[in-house]
Amino acid sequence: MSFLSYLISGISLGSIYAIIALGYTMVYGIARMLNFAHGDIIMVGGFAIFTMVSTLGMAPLVGIVTAVAVCTLLGVTIEFVAYRPLRGASSLAVLITAIGVSYLLQNLALLIFGSNARQFTSVVMVPGLALAGGRLTISGETIVTIIVCVVIMVSLTAFINKTRIGQAMLAVSEDRGAATLMGINVNKTIAITFAIGSALAAIAGALLCSTYPSLTPYTGSMPGIKAFVAAVFGGIGSIPGALLGGIILGVVENLSKAYISSQLSDAIVFSLLIVILLVRPTGILGKKINEKV
Amino acid sequence: MKKLITLGLTAAMVASLVGCGSGSGGNTATEAEGTTTAAQGSASGDSGADNSGAAGGTFKIGVIGPLTGPAASYGIAVQNGADLAVKEINAAGGVNGIMLESNAQDDEHDPQKSVNAYNTLKDWGAQVIVGSTTSDPCIAVAAETSNDNMFQITPSGSAVECVAPENVFRVCFADPDQGTASAVYIGENKLATKIAVIYDSSTTYSSGIREAFVKEAASQGLEIVADEAFTADNATDFSVQLDKAKEAGAELVFLPIYYQEASVILKQAKDKSFAPIFFGCDGMDGILTVKNFDTSLAEGLMLLTPFSTTEDSSKAFTEAYVAAYGIEPNQFAADSYDAVYAIKAAIEKSGIAADADYSAVCEAFKTAMTQISIDGLTGAGMTWNAAGEPDKAPKAVKIVNGVYEMQ
Repeated sequence: MSFLSYLISGISLGSIYAIIALGYTMVYGIARMLNFAHGDIIMVGGFAIFTMVSTLGMAPLVGIVTAVAVCTLLGVTIEFVAYRPLRGASSLAVLITAIGVSYLLQNLALLIFGSNARQFTSVVMVPGLALAGGRLTISGETIVTIIVCVVIMVSLTAFINKTRIGQAMLAVSEDRGAATLMGINVNKTIAITFAIGSALAAIAGALLCSTYPSLTPYTGSMPGIKAFVAAVFGGIGSIPGALLGGIILGVVENLSKAYISSQLSDAIVFSLLIVILLVRPTGILGKKINEKV
Repeated sequence: MKKLITLGLTAAMVASLVGCGSGSGGNTATEAEGTTTAAQGSASGDSGADNSGAAGGTFKIGVIGPLTGPAASYGIAVQNGADLAVKEINAAGGVNGIMLESNAQDDEHDPQKSVNAYNTLKDWGAQVIVGSTTSDPCIAVAAETSNDNMFQITPSGSAVECVAPENVFRVCFADPDQGTASAVYIGENKLATKIAVIYDSSTTYSSGIREAFVKEAASQGLEIVADEAFTADNATDFSVQLDKAKEAGAELVFLPIYYQEASVILKQAKDKSFAPIFFGCDGMDGILTVKNFDTSLAEGLMLLTPFSTTEDSSKAFTEAYVAAYGIEPNQFAADSYDAVYAIKAAIEKSGIAADADYSAVCEAFKTAMTQISIDGLTGAGMTWNAAGEPDKAPKAVKIVNGVYEMQ
């Protein structure tokens, strides 16, 4: 029974990693860049909801819609101001810029909201499930997170494979030069990718803060890094991989906390990452891309 | 493109240089201002020597703490507490006619930046240091003050090593003392016998308290049924630790951690319908200040803290603090307030002059500190031993109806 309870909390944690990883993997898959500011966009989403719901007293749904709008706008702006001018630069320069943007967002939030932690009121209204006479509890947040993860995964996959914009994204990810020759507006396509990635970040922010209700300007940074690990785990660029990687990461982390040592759980998680990357360098579901000479 | 980047980087570097320049310029300005005040002070002293004989110069106190960053609430409280004490003392005519002046520098809870802050304060002319606020930066600064022979009193640096050099004293309890005191308190008041501990293994603060607690628990007849850790990197999910405590039948969960993580633990425990007694140390102080916090989660939470706003002895301080800064003071503010009053007592005891250099101040204070006794906010009749540790009685509070209640 206790094993099941650890497993459930692992899945709960993993689903949070997964929903953040979806945004990471989406942007990486199309734009071929690691948007390290993703975790901080999540934090901005959290603050947007907090301001709307707890400070201004709006309905949770209004808060989420506002957060999605704010984050989308923010994502597109960041892409336009910080990443677009570096389109031709080395990927290292873009990576460093992304880290810079991450610190910028953290410090702006620190300036505006201060460093004191805020208690986030959950926006999830679904009641939890009590199984086996109350010995197993699954919180409403976990149920919603998993459902939202699956919905996002399915609709993202459908969007990319079925729509014209999605096809354009695929083309851009495969060969930017050739895509331009085919009449695809690369800048616009990448901007749309960022818009979608940031909208996902807002939703991830709502769920992250509802599950773990402490909100500070640093809220997004560590889950963001863990989610990045989850994305690499599952195969960065692969959308189902992000979900799988997130869940595995959460479950491994919690089971090693429970049965091996709560001090060593991170060491175990990252050792597993190294092992997986040694055996399958592209991650569990990652595709091997052959470089044409 | 490359040229453009080079240009940009050069511009950035130039800008940062200019930044440094203006920064030190600012300091010189303050220094100049400081000297002017002192000069004016002595000038008025000369002219008005007949009526009071006051204005014996200015004594400079450097304050270090995280004014920005995740630990900013501690540093700002320390800054405010020190400022308030300085203002009060000056308004009452200073110390033997000597006016106090304080200057707070930000260290962002980073040891390296804390040393930089110390150097800035030394350039400003600080004669004693109140700081650093947090343990790891305090240890780094203590090494420097020890080299320079600058007197240092930390309001809240609770790690053992903070006061290792003989020129460093502290106002708060050391980590192991808090752990031991908690175990003794739980044992003597028979709060529980089956104890679970959840601590942060990545901070000296938390692991130091936990070590002493576990050691003392054995001699108090307490049984540690679960001993679980987390680190700063996985401080969001505590469900496994709580599950293990619940499975082991813990009646009391000891949380020697900071309030931010604790607020999440309380929420998750409630979701699991796990309701033991929660018991924390001074890091738990501030949990009620978390914005939008559902105080019913903290109902019944006990903590060992040296300071409570509800005590009679802290009423005047609390009112003055709220009037000045608009928020309730926490124990960090009280600690630094006491630190400034300890400096006042040490100046009186040693009879040091306002213009003494810091090394002379340090020598005088090292002896004076062990001879003084102050009735502070964090304890009545506080005294210090030569090792720099305070001697005062710990107090426990319980949160009842959303406010601290003394036990």
